[in-house]
Amino acid sequence: MPVVQVEGVHKRFGEVEVLKGIDLSVESGEVVAIIGRSGSGKSTLLRCINGLEQIQSGRIQVAGHGLDASAHGLRDLRKDVGIVFQSYNLFPHLRVGENIMLAPRVVLGVSKVEARSRAEETLAEVGLAERFDAWPDNLSGGQQQRVAIARSLAMRPKVMLFDEVTSALDPELTGEVLATMERLAAHGMTMLLVTHEMAFAERVATTTVFMHQGKVWEMGPSAKLFDAPQTAELKQFLGGGLK
Amino acid sequence: MGFQFQFGAVFARSDLLLEGLLQTLQLAGMAIVFGGLLGILLAALRSLAPRAAGVLIDVYVELIRNTPFLVQLLIIYFGLPSIGVKLTAEQAALIGLVVYLGSYVTEIVRAGIESVHKSQIEAGLSLALTRWQVFRYIVLAPAIARVWPALASQFVLVTLATSVCSFISVQELSAQASNIESDTFRSFETYITVALIYLAIALTLRVLFAGLGAVLFPTGSGLGRLRGQSGA
Amino acid sequence: MIREFTQSEFIFILSSARWTLLLTVLSLVLGGLFGFVVAIARTSRLAPLRLLAAGWIGVVQGIPVLILLFLAYYGLSMLGFDLPPIVAASISMAFYASAYLGEIWRGCIQAVPWQQWEASTALAFSRPQQYRYVILPQAMRIAVAPTVGFIVQLVKNTSIVSIIGVIELARAGNLVNNATFQPFKVFGTVALIYFAICWPISLLARRLEGKLNASRAG
Ligand SMILES: Nc1ncnc2c1ncn2[C@@H]1O[C@H](COP(=O)(O)OP(=O)(O)OP(=O)(O)O)[C@@H](O)[C@H]1O
Ligand SMILES: [Mg+2]
Repeated sequence: MPVVQVEGVHKRFGEVEVLKGIDLSVESGEVVAIIGRSGSGKSTLLRCINGLEQIQSGRIQVAGHGLDASAHGLRDLRKDVGIVFQSYNLFPHLRVGENIMLAPRVVLGVSKVEARSRAEETLAEVGLAERFDAWPDNLSGGQQQRVAIARSLAMRPKVMLFDEVTSALDPELTGEVLATMERLAAHGMTMLLVTHEMAFAERVATTTVFMHQGKVWEMGPSAKLFDAPQTAELKQFLGGGLK
Repeated sequence: MGFQFQFGAVFARSDLLLEGLLQTLQLAGMAIVFGGLLGILLAALRSLAPRAAGVLIDVYVELIRNTPFLVQLLIIYFGLPSIGVKLTAEQAALIGLVVYLGSYVTEIVRAGIESVHKSQIEAGLSLALTRWQVFRYIVLAPAIARVWPALASQFVLVTLATSVCSFISVQELSAQASNIESDTFRSFETYITVALIYLAIALTLRVLFAGLGAVLFPTGSGLGRLRGQSGA
Repeated sequence: MIREFTQSEFIFILSSARWTLLLTVLSLVLGGLFGFVVAIARTSRLAPLRLLAAGWIGVVQGIPVLILLFLAYYGLSMLGFDLPPIVAASISMAFYASAYLGEIWRGCIQAVPWQQWEASTALAFSRPQQYRYVILPQAMRIAVAPTVGFIVQLVKNTSIVSIIGVIELARAGNLVNNATFQPFKVFGTVALIYFAICWPISLLARRLEGKLNASRAG
């Protein structure tokens, strides 16, 4: 059974229909990249998948949770779905280690010892083991973003969503975050990522989805999609200076 | 348990309520006009005048803002006559309110003036405006526009503070309330009625000041008006 | 008989400051608890709660402290509570403080960036958990300076309760003035004592505000 299953999802903001019938499924261990123009609905789709936005029709199943559920059900779903945004949104009043330990402690109720070992483990995974006691404000953007990733990982999610996590970073800091994600993918994490880094998508993603005007316009194995785009829109998008 | 609301006795003295209301409005209105002007003047002086004057203004602001209005009022009402200055209670109240509000307005407008950027002043000077024109149109007007909400709530606060003038027997709304109360013995009803009147005044003033702000500062700064006047 | 304003009068006035301070502390604690509830209700997701809190703030901020005092005093006695003046005074000052603190703290809660709500929502925090672990700790840092600033207002407004017979600073001044007829000396002394209490608090508030702004800019 797929980890993420999206069927016929429609999403409107007031009168504006942003998602116009999305079908998508992500198998365990798969890395799916979502590309597309600004405003095509990429972020909205990710936000729907962990219930930050409500959908008007369709069905979303994530890691065995339905999305139609109550507030309580939503929280259960979010325990299994990590999401990282373009802005890192670390908790500024907590040190790096505490940032990571908080949700496992409070939400999952794990012991302090267990939370700490999770934090150390995930920090090591993103290459920041030695910054456990640092304040978020004293880290570079790239480091903060990696802490944000570690913070999500400490919940042991079944799938990770990334929404343009490198877009706010200086070019020289992008690499470290992408490397972190690539390592995660190599370790078998199921990932759904919105990105403008075409080379990264082509190399790391098993499948790439091209969204256009609120629809999945074209989708396929990354190599194939980038080498031989079928639709005029994707050709234009890929030719539009990004590659 | 056996208590029954009886507003009739209170309403029967609506003549007193009206008298009190007028006195309150008169006090508040004059306090806002003169206290507002005093504060703007002192804030302007403080940013234009030499240091010594600035220190004096600071002392005034700090002294007034860190002591109760009631005590200020008592000093004026009992103190001034003791050195030969004859004052009615109303006059003492007005002086007290103006001095009190003036200190807050000084502080608020000063903050507004400080928030005006140097580059705007230089831009104004380079347009061959005089220093006074620069101050009036590029510093003061935008400063007041910016702090207008804070000024407006201070005006409402001073209006409520007029109730303290009943301590020196000014026959404003609160004093009339205690007159009615001692006449009718309907304490709770009296004060509910008066509370509602104050509430109505406060709400009206809020709406009024919001509207006034929209009329006076349509663009949120004084620059729009300047442009209009120079005909460009 | 006219008395002189001597050391003993001064000590009488000075010692009455303890009632001013006690009233301030009581109304700060009570009003703070109540104001906290008001602030939480004001930022609730439930519209009726928000409305109720907004209504409370609007009403209390539209009524003079003096009238609030009488309302609490006579209202409570009408309900059968025969309260000592100091208690009635504390309660009415607490009502007053709850509205102003509630409004100040609402602002502080809303000053926490919305992304902090979103990040914690995504981490599966419940609403109370978000308040407790993410939002309030940040709001509290923002709240310190304006809260300290409000304490000055509270100290000053306790002078009004002299009217129901609590012998705090202002009332003590009145009593001494009635005996000595030296208003400048007496009320000047009273004012100076208030100033000695309030000014340091004002300075502290300003320093805290400066610190917060500096840490935000940095
Ligand atoms: N909360 C909202 N309220 C109203 N409209 C919204 C909201 N969020 C997004 N939209 C609109 O939905 C459309 C899709 O937005 P979305 O953020 O999903 O696009 P995107 O593909 O992620 O774009 P980008 O590459 O710029 O991030 C846009 O037209 C946007 O203006
Ligand atoms: Mg987006």
